[in-house]
Amino acid sequence: MAVTGPIETSLLFGRLTWAAIPTDPIILATFAVVALGGGALFALLTYYRLWGYLWTEWFTSVDHKKIGIMYMILGLVMFVRGFADAIMMRLQQVLAFGGSEGYLNSHHYDQVFTAHGVIMIFFVAMPFVTGLMNYIVPLQIGARDVSFPFLNNFSFWMTVGGAVIIMASLFLGEFAQTGWLAFPPLSGIGESPYVGVDYYIWGLQVAGVGTTLSGINLLVTIIKMRAPGMTMMRMPVFTWTALCTNVLIVASFPVLTVTLALLTLDRYVGTNFFTADLGGNAMMYVNLIWIWGHPEVYILILPIFGVFSEIAATFSGKRLFGYTSMVYATVCITILSYVVWLHHFFTMGSGASVNSFFGITTMVISIPTGAKLFNWIFTIYQGRVRYDLPMMWLMAFMLTFVVGGMTGVLLAVPPADFVLHNSLFLIAHFHNVIIGGVVFGTFAAINFWWPKAFGYRLDVFWGKVSFWFWVVGFWFAFMPLYVLGLMGVTRRVRVFDDPDLQIWFAIAALGAVMIAVGIAAMFVQFGVSIWRRKALADVTGDPWDGRTLEWATSSPPPAYNFAFTPVVHGIDAFAEMKEAGVPRPTSGFLPIHMPRNTGAGVVIAGLATICGMALVWYVWWLAAASFLALIGAAIAHTFNYNRDYHIPADQVAAVEDARTRRLEA
Amino acid sequence: MADLSSQDLTARYYELEPHHHPEGASTGLGFWVYLMSDCLMFAVLFAAYAVLGNAYAAGPGPKDLFDLNLVAINTGLLLVSSITFGFGMLGAYRGDQGATLRWLGVTLVFGLSFLGVEIYEFAHLIHEGAGPWRSAFLSSFFALVGTHGLHVAFGCLWLVVLAVQIKARGLVPANLRRLACLSMFWHFLDVVWIGVFTFVYLIKMI
Repeated sequence: MAVTGPIETSLLFGRLTWAAIPTDPIILATFAVVALGGGALFALLTYYRLWGYLWTEWFTSVDHKKIGIMYMILGLVMFVRGFADAIMMRLQQVLAFGGSEGYLNSHHYDQVFTAHGVIMIFFVAMPFVTGLMNYIVPLQIGARDVSFPFLNNFSFWMTVGGAVIIMASLFLGEFAQTGWLAFPPLSGIGESPYVGVDYYIWGLQVAGVGTTLSGINLLVTIIKMRAPGMTMMRMPVFTWTALCTNVLIVASFPVLTVTLALLTLDRYVGTNFFTADLGGNAMMYVNLIWIWGHPEVYILILPIFGVFSEIAATFSGKRLFGYTSMVYATVCITILSYVVWLHHFFTMGSGASVNSFFGITTMVISIPTGAKLFNWIFTIYQGRVRYDLPMMWLMAFMLTFVVGGMTGVLLAVPPADFVLHNSLFLIAHFHNVIIGGVVFGTFAAINFWWPKAFGYRLDVFWGKVSFWFWVVGFWFAFMPLYVLGLMGVTRRVRVFDDPDLQIWFAIAALGAVMIAVGIAAMFVQFGVSIWRRKALADVTGDPWDGRTLEWATSSPPPAYNFAFTPVVHGIDAFAEMKEAGVPRPTSGFLPIHMPRNTGAGVVIAGLATICGMALVWYVWWLAAASFLALIGAAIAHTFNYNRDYHIPADQVAAVEDARTRRLEA
Repeated sequence: MADLSSQDLTARYYELEPHHHPEGASTGLGFWVYLMSDCLMFAVLFAAYAVLGNAYAAGPGPKDLFDLNLVAINTGLLLVSSITFGFGMLGAYRGDQGATLRWLGVTLVFGLSFLGVEIYEFAHLIHEGAGPWRSAFLSSFFALVGTHGLHVAFGCLWLVVLAVQIKARGLVPANLRRLACLSMFWHFLDVVWIGVFTFVYLIKMI
């Protein structure tokens, strides 16, 4: 129920009242399912006494590999939520014809499309790419961990904290009804007086701290922690794209932080940054948020370009074509991504000159991107191609992404954009590149690196089922939106008058159902693979004939990654080692210096989450108390000088000898 | 590589000898990168001030509000505090714990004085009816100068904590590293303040 009229606040509970608990039967049913599922999970973990294990081995772990896996799990869980929102929208839009209002009222529907965008970008795509970079990068550069292992754990829990705040809005109060970027004045206190936008703000601020810190961490790791001999131009391409991605994170997320902080001041203090009166300028918000927002889409896609570069080279059995041009293309895209933000609002009316500039810079980005595509194609050309699942995803990606890229160039033409702005054509375009790029790429990466992370491959049959339903489902779900967009249908519409449009929405809904089957098949694939892990086992640590250093160690890698740090003499270091027939060292092990686990990250991020929730609900005493506790906990953590230990040499020897025996068996 | 024995090959491709990793080798770079991200936050606030700095909404403008003498005093306090922090660092590198702590104390006094003057200025403005809600100009003024002030306040807190840690453990490498980071942070705030003094106060008074 939308709360209207003046909101009463009490000293103890702020504006939290019984009215905050939704009465919508859809939400109540969801809550029941979540509560039952969560309760069952809690009971199982308690019954099998797994809490201690999870706490010591995972939650407090500073091991980049475990943190990477936890990021991927977070992404998958939130992906289910985000997809539930998507299928609700598809159902609403196909039903709401011929006088029908559909099954979602506008208050609910507006929250659904906002939550879908926020969750898919911040809590699905971001955890996916951050998780991949976390897991792969230190292994690829021959390092034992990241530069700041505690910070890594803390960053992860801040991301979880943000996700918790966003999820809480489902069952307590409401979420924003503003669209995923919360443009003022709609997101101002006058138009959105209740908690929705505040959930949005504090969820993103808490998670944003984690993202920025994780960006700094990985950036420094790549600069400082590379194995001896690995010069910049010998880094694996995925590491290169990760480097550029983290530069983008560090140089764009602070803009989001400040923009949201200014919106917060407008809402909480009554300032006039983006208000319609007293000199405020709402278009400044739109500019600022897109100065973050455009680099953000490259933050998502660049690591995926890296993933596909590794896959193309590995499964074609040869070096990546045009390594140097790939690196330069990545760097060009990194820089160009900062000079295109205005193409998101050509219709603002900045005039022909400004629009031309941003239209041209946008089109220019397609040149380095095109270079990348040709590099992949030439890598495959005359290669000994193996069509394993990652390679299939690469093919689907290239075919799909090119279409999305070309519709993007179309939108970059300002006069065309005036027709297509905020239409379903735009929606189709960015889903075309984000699903065809980021999502397909993540699935390729999961299939590619799962054997590294767990020591057994993923089941091929269910992987193919998932692949075909996903790819075909994608085309069914989004091509109709291009058609509808060209016919002038705008985004975020809840009810339709023109019956001719319904068939296209029906096709799109069919596509969404196929994607649902694809998602289910993927979870079946995980389940079947875990069940059959003995049969699918890989003891070599190198199931795909890999080329980069992560394949040089065992699967899963030991806590210290490499017993001896590899020395690099060229691109594709591990391929070179295999060609030279380098024997794996089996004696002379030394103690290894490693960071110690700590619970400080969970505690501080937990306090930040409580503080965020208190601020959403105007519970000032709790906000102040949790903030002070947060500062106190952070200071207390700095008094801990005992942050590392040595794995003794005989323990290293025991692990490595076990691997030697497995390899010989 | 056919002429290399397998032992030589292993030695060519793996680091078999023990080697020393300098502890905290990444901290300097990491803190620099953090400072640059912080710098970007200030850049956005400066940009907001540039866009909204003339939006007085029929309210008071800079010439009605700013007292350059007060700002000059404040600028002096902060600049001197950077120098005193520098003396503290020199003491730390000499290994003179007493001098380090004394200079940190002096720096703290200057930092707190700066904050005191700023709080007085803010209180005065709000008392005059020129609070951050009066106009977009004042919103962006308070946000930029206030964010800088919050940073100085955080720096003061950090300074106290670090002084306690130096007192407890001495000038161990970990503390020297932290001291170097705080020093960068402190000088960074000085640099930002020069921008604030120039673009927020001086230019508007011409």
